[in-house]
Amino acid sequence: MRAALPLALIGRAVLRGLGSAGRVAIFAGSALAHILRPPLYPREFAIALLNIGWLSLPVVGLTAIFTGAALALQIYSGGARFSAEAVVPQIVAIGMVRELGPVLVGLMIAARVTSSIAAEIATMKVTEQIDALVTLSTRPMSYLVAPRVLAGLLTVPLLVACGDVIGILGGYLVATKSLGFNAAAYLVNTLDFLEPLDIVSSLVKGAAFGGIAALMGCYFGMHSGRGAQGVGRATKASVEAAAVLILAANFVLTGVFFSL
Amino acid sequence: MIRLDGVHKSFAARQVLRGVDLDVAQGSSMVIIGGSGTGKSVLLKCILGLVEPDAGRITVDGRDVHDGDHDAFLARFGMLFQGAALFDSLPVWQNVAFRLLRGRLKRPKADARAIAIDKLRRVGLSADVADAFPAELSGGMQKRVGLARAIAADPAIIFFDEPTTGLDPIMAGVINDLIREIVTEMGATAITITHDMTSVRAIADSVAMLHEGTIKWTGPIDRMDAAPDPCLQQFIHGRASGPIAALR
Ligand SMILES: Nc1ncnc2c1ncn2[C@@H]1O[C@H](COP(=O)(O)OP(=O)(O)OP(=O)(O)O)[C@@H](O)[C@H]1O
Ligand SMILES: [Mg+2]
Repeated sequence: MRAALPLALIGRAVLRGLGSAGRVAIFAGSALAHILRPPLYPREFAIALLNIGWLSLPVVGLTAIFTGAALALQIYSGGARFSAEAVVPQIVAIGMVRELGPVLVGLMIAARVTSSIAAEIATMKVTEQIDALVTLSTRPMSYLVAPRVLAGLLTVPLLVACGDVIGILGGYLVATKSLGFNAAAYLVNTLDFLEPLDIVSSLVKGAAFGGIAALMGCYFGMHSGRGAQGVGRATKASVEAAAVLILAANFVLTGVFFSL
Repeated sequence: MIRLDGVHKSFAARQVLRGVDLDVAQGSSMVIIGGSGTGKSVLLKCILGLVEPDAGRITVDGRDVHDGDHDAFLARFGMLFQGAALFDSLPVWQNVAFRLLRGRLKRPKADARAIAIDKLRRVGLSADVADAFPAELSGGMQKRVGLARAIAADPAIIFFDEPTTGLDPIMAGVINDLIREIVTEMGATAITITHDMTSVRAIADSVAMLHEGTIKWTGPIDRMDAAPDPCLQQFIHGRASGPIAALR
């Protein structure tokens, strides 16, 4: 008995993990189905576009510009060790577009959007607003979840595109103002080096991360426990799950695009 | 006609409903009384399908509440939640007209707003509050907005969870009259939960008392005072001592 205890604990944890993964997958499937199925709520969708997309621009822009600038400095000093300072434009472009742009934007969205969706929906759940929606013949999946997930899928790729451009701009500013690069040559090097597949991978990652961020906020909000503590727990869990899933999905998607 | 047959519901180890049997006739007003925490709100939520009972059967007009199209089923209901449950992202009039602004009862915005303002007037709120947000209202005002929302689409079956708690005596009288009027004039079936014995006498055709997970007593309102049940008598006279323990 005693010897089997650790095994039982591991087994229980694995079963619980598989159980939640299954529930999240069912929830995701149902959310995607509700995006395609009427009724559609244009007003909710417009608000979600505003909150997830437009209002996230400042934080995305600031994150990207500082990251691009720091990246240029790092590559310059690192490259100098083997006289390869000239690769700054190419590496900044590749680094931002293929990896840092999507991941940083995804994580910022997880912090900003996932948390706010989870807190809002969990509060609605705790104050019986979700029950009230149901009694007013409105499906929470159609009214609350589908507009947010669709907005995440559509706007986060655009945010990632903005982040990529602004990040490259950050690198450009540092390189031309303090590292002595020629402005025109920097831009030509950047544009020549990027391939369409780099940009496609950036946008696909953005859509995946946006979908994950919105879904996790909705899932944990809808499954919140009771009271203020329930809302707090739901919010924390949603951000943790979104961040981990975004990084895992990034690894998988990078592998997929790497093999193309 | 709403019929509950042996409805059981537990939350974790806590048995809340332990075999509730209840009949509510069409077009009548049933009031449910009972101690705090005895499961009155849970009972209403079971009928609406918001809470799944562990055992038992609930039918409305002979049809099981879990069969068929739940949205269409709920289209016949109105519900006032105990905590009002207003949508805080929407102004008051859009809360009241929620059903009239989308779905199968959708109508032009101006009509929906006019109906909302009329319903607000019926619960004693002026048109000024129509554009306020729920968070700007007092608790009693929120409760009345919730009431206006419950009756907005003129449902055939209406549930009121403590409609007069938090209201001043005059406003409570207005609301009692309104509920009575909805039942007698519009022929709706109403189930009201209340702790206020004045409301019970003003609203009820019949009364049911929930105690320890079952219906302890049920009957028409005019037989309530003469009923011998000691729990019921302790409850309606608000005595601290009696068969119902004060510590629950
Ligand atoms: N979702 C839930 N999860 C766990 N327990 C619950 C849930 N809903 C209700 N309960 C429990 O069920 C019991 C009955 O709750 P209910 O809200 O129905 O009481 P009530 O009779 O309406 O009381 P009051 O008159 O104070 O409103 C309470 O002990 C409550 O803690
Ligand atoms: Mg209650």
